[in-house]
Amino acid sequence: MIWMAWITPTAIFFATIAALLLGLVILELLRPTEKRRGFLKLKTTRGDRVFISLLSTAFIHLLAVAVFPTSIWLGSLAAIAWAILVLTWG
Amino acid sequence: MDNRVKDNRAWLGVLPVLLIVAFSGIIPLMTVVNYSFQDILDFNNRFFVGFQWYSQTLNDPRFIEAFGRQLLFTGSVLVIEIPLGIMIAKGMPRQGKKATAILLFLAVPLLIPSNVVGTIWQLFARPDIGLMGVSLNYLGWSFNYTASASQAWFTLLAMDVWHWTSLVALLSYSGLRSIPDPYYQAAQLDGASQWQTFRWVELPKLKSVLIIATLLRLMDSFMIYTEPLVLTGGGPGSSTTFLSQHLATMAVGQFDLGPAAAFSVIYFLFILLFCWFFYTMVMSESD
Repeated sequence: MIWMAWITPTAIFFATIAALLLGLVILELLRPTEKRRGFLKLKTTRGDRVFISLLSTAFIHLLAVAVFPTSIWLGSLAAIAWAILVLTWG
Repeated sequence: MDNRVKDNRAWLGVLPVLLIVAFSGIIPLMTVVNYSFQDILDFNNRFFVGFQWYSQTLNDPRFIEAFGRQLLFTGSVLVIEIPLGIMIAKGMPRQGKKATAILLFLAVPLLIPSNVVGTIWQLFARPDIGLMGVSLNYLGWSFNYTASASQAWFTLLAMDVWHWTSLVALLSYSGLRSIPDPYYQAAQLDGASQWQTFRWVELPKLKSVLIIATLLRLMDSFMIYTEPLVLTGGGPGSSTTFLSQHLATMAVGQFDLGPAAAFSVIYFLFILLFCWFFYTMVMSESD
């Protein structure tokens, strides 16, 4: 699949997303999710929280890349911390 | 009692859709993400550049300006079209032949392809031979949308309002028609004014329909490409160059695949954010 121009970092990224989705399916079969209201003040399922954390981490990375073009790690750390916060108490 | 369905085989019926979406949406999107991290000279010569294209795009004044113009255009479109659509819907007869005729009349602009709409308005607004352009000049307004940025914006907004207000009007009309008569009778008994009836009876009932109308208009105006391209070509200067046109110039005109891919991913993320926002609103409404 040369036309897709795969590289290792993006392959790892998409494999992680796929594993996350698969994990959600398995978790849903074992322990079906229930809607709850956390600090986001929204009624969310487990999948909703994963989507919100993925989308918001993407924006945190964009902000980090725009402000600190030389290093991504600060943005990544902030994004991971935020994702954990949303997944746990969101 | 366990109410869960034991036989989930019906989900297999969704597989063809999944395949089509994968080939038309997911795989191309993954490809764009792959491109956005590389400097692609040709298929044999490509180099990993990390987030370079992203930081370059986000700090590019042309991108920031196009994004600002896009937000202004989309905001203006929504501010004009949503209230105007509601007003048209409220002014329409509730039933009968007149209502049918108006509905058909309203549907006409929606049936015209975008490039044709652009061409119609390009001719209509021309200061030398166009009906609108010549009329405005005759009335004393020195009108030439190819030379003035504000007049190009005026023409562009007028074109979009002409093309798409019908959609809001039709949706609002269907929402208004679904309100049962006893609601109006109760408001009348309470001595509610026309405004109060609209504010407290009609508007709450229209909420879901208006969220859908706003979402459709927001998405469509945020991705607008053909009409401005045909009407103004992005000019004068770059005063009507919106995100999609800027992107097309990068990707197809200059063949800058890496930066264009990073641009596309950023553009896509904003559209996804809007979609999520409205989806959440619709869902909380139905809850």
